[in-house]
Amino acid sequence: MMGRGRLAAWAVGLAALVALPFVYRDPYHLHILVLILIWSFAYTSWSMMGRFGLVSLGHGGFMGIGAYVTALLWNHLGWSPWIGIPIGMVAAGALALIVGYPCFRFRITGHYFVLVTLALSGIVLQVITATRDYTGGSLGYTPNRAAGTKLWALQFDDKITWYLIALGVWLFGIVVWHWVDRSMARYALEAISEDEDAAAAAGVDVTAEKLKITLLSALMTALAGAIYCQYQMFITPDTVSGIAVSLQMVFAAIVGGLFVSLGPTFGAVITIMLAETLRIGFGTKAVGWDNLVYGVLLVLFIIFLPKGILGSLLDRLKPQRKVPRAHEQEAVQIARPGT
Amino acid sequence: MQAFLDIFDIYLLEAVINGILLGGVLALLALGLNLIFGVIDVTWICYAELVMIGMYAMYFLVQYYGISYFLAAPLTILLVAVLGAALHYLVIAPLLTAPPINQLLATGGVLFVLQSFATVAFGIDFRNLGIRLPVLAFGEMNFSYARLLSFLAALVGMVAVYLFMTRTFTGTAIRAISQDRQIMALMGVDTKRIYLITSAIGGGLAGLAACLLVLQYDVHPFVGLSFGPITFLICVLGGLGNFIGGFIAAFVFAEIISLGGLFSDLEWGYVLAFAFFIVMMFIRPAGLLAKRR
Repeated sequence: MMGRGRLAAWAVGLAALVALPFVYRDPYHLHILVLILIWSFAYTSWSMMGRFGLVSLGHGGFMGIGAYVTALLWNHLGWSPWIGIPIGMVAAGALALIVGYPCFRFRITGHYFVLVTLALSGIVLQVITATRDYTGGSLGYTPNRAAGTKLWALQFDDKITWYLIALGVWLFGIVVWHWVDRSMARYALEAISEDEDAAAAAGVDVTAEKLKITLLSALMTALAGAIYCQYQMFITPDTVSGIAVSLQMVFAAIVGGLFVSLGPTFGAVITIMLAETLRIGFGTKAVGWDNLVYGVLLVLFIIFLPKGILGSLLDRLKPQRKVPRAHEQEAVQIARPGT
Repeated sequence: MQAFLDIFDIYLLEAVINGILLGGVLALLALGLNLIFGVIDVTWICYAELVMIGMYAMYFLVQYYGISYFLAAPLTILLVAVLGAALHYLVIAPLLTAPPINQLLATGGVLFVLQSFATVAFGIDFRNLGIRLPVLAFGEMNFSYARLLSFLAALVGMVAVYLFMTRTFTGTAIRAISQDRQIMALMGVDTKRIYLITSAIGGGLAGLAACLLVLQYDVHPFVGLSFGPITFLICVLGGLGNFIGGFIAAFVFAEIISLGGLFSDLEWGYVLAFAFFIVMMFIRPAGLLAKRR
């Protein structure tokens, strides 16, 4: 159970976040905050799987599906995002099940799983590029401006509305994270990540448990993609899908800390601030530099600080906490293939 | 012969043969990745980016320093081999005892580094070697000379690796380590040295692939993304670490891409290949040549 003190801290923090845009209205800073919140939600969705050793590089694909399905339905059929977003989420979920089922049923873990999901995000990118007559290909895609009510089209001009929407979505992600954290599924998945065969012998339905968390994660990631699309009003295959986006999710979640609820959020703050600082500091000369710094940091973090910044900080604050479980000792522990 | 050719659609045959030619280079790429996986148990996510660096090396050696293609190729192979060894020494070696996923993600970081290094250093322009090789006409079919050359060079490269693995002491040690990594250290084999050599060979194969691909494709910092995923698919379909499986899978995929491209855009060939891959995952999850449990 959450302690009374922590609950109070969450309530105060949340109240401050809600009140922020009414006190401080600088549009640029609000824009950065909205981006941080949306990406935090995407990273949190990824970490729901990642923390149990299910390292997916296919989430770029799920995010792209969410974004493109929503935008395509709006432009071509005139369907409101209120209908389009659920359809996009269902499409991403269906793809997750189609790819996930054989992987889990036939015990494809470790390298295999990563490579299969990696191919998934690469292929979603290819499909979006190939259907360029509809999606605009690599030039990007813009949802049509709404003629009627803004609410129906889910298009808002002011940053405050978007800030509150993004905050709500982000909070939803954190709540789901805690819900999973306190559910029985968590123990089942932790058992699976330590030893699949032992977990199966103890009566855990390995395939079903893995599929459930994969589905949940894919649905949330697609939602993040759709929200990102509605906010930015411009998407390209490279910004919402593909391997780079997938790796970006992994990177942020690991830098922030994979095993704490605010870790991915912390990762999003660091990565987006870094990119913006470089962009403002160096202007167009900085093209590519942010990824260079990301890459070096990712390698260094995995070697020297596998629990992430926030995870390591929390450990240092209360070292007497509890004996860490085997799967928490490393950044991402996974059942080794073949064992 | 002419009657035989008339029966089949001439374009279909051309696509089939082009598929085989493409398969050679894909098989070479898969071989390098499989070698590293089989011996060190690490997947280099950044493998295609090593190829990209090699392609830039070729471009600069040939275009800026005016070195002839055949002199530049060995230099490039050497450079990428050194890069491969450096990658192992700097990134993989400190993580050898960490969970395998951490090693994989660390090479994902290297992917970012190489891509953005190329962006920063060379810009995002598309560059090509400017060597235009003739087109071979055979009957009514046209084949690019560059593809034929790549196919042959890829075959030579693979045979060379095969001979090295079977005929030399170091090669035998590499194969032994891939069978049992703990016991070989007790048998007096310096595993660190073998790992470094394997990484260098894997890098060298990436370098060779770069020399061949640069004849057919333009270089840009993200070129790795266009054939990286397909290489991983091939390795998984063939069974990671399974050389023969990877070899066969490379040709299967190349045919699918080539034939798919015949009927529609090239991207749809890739999409078709992926659909095939998913179906195969249901049928043979552990790779083409795996025995069914």
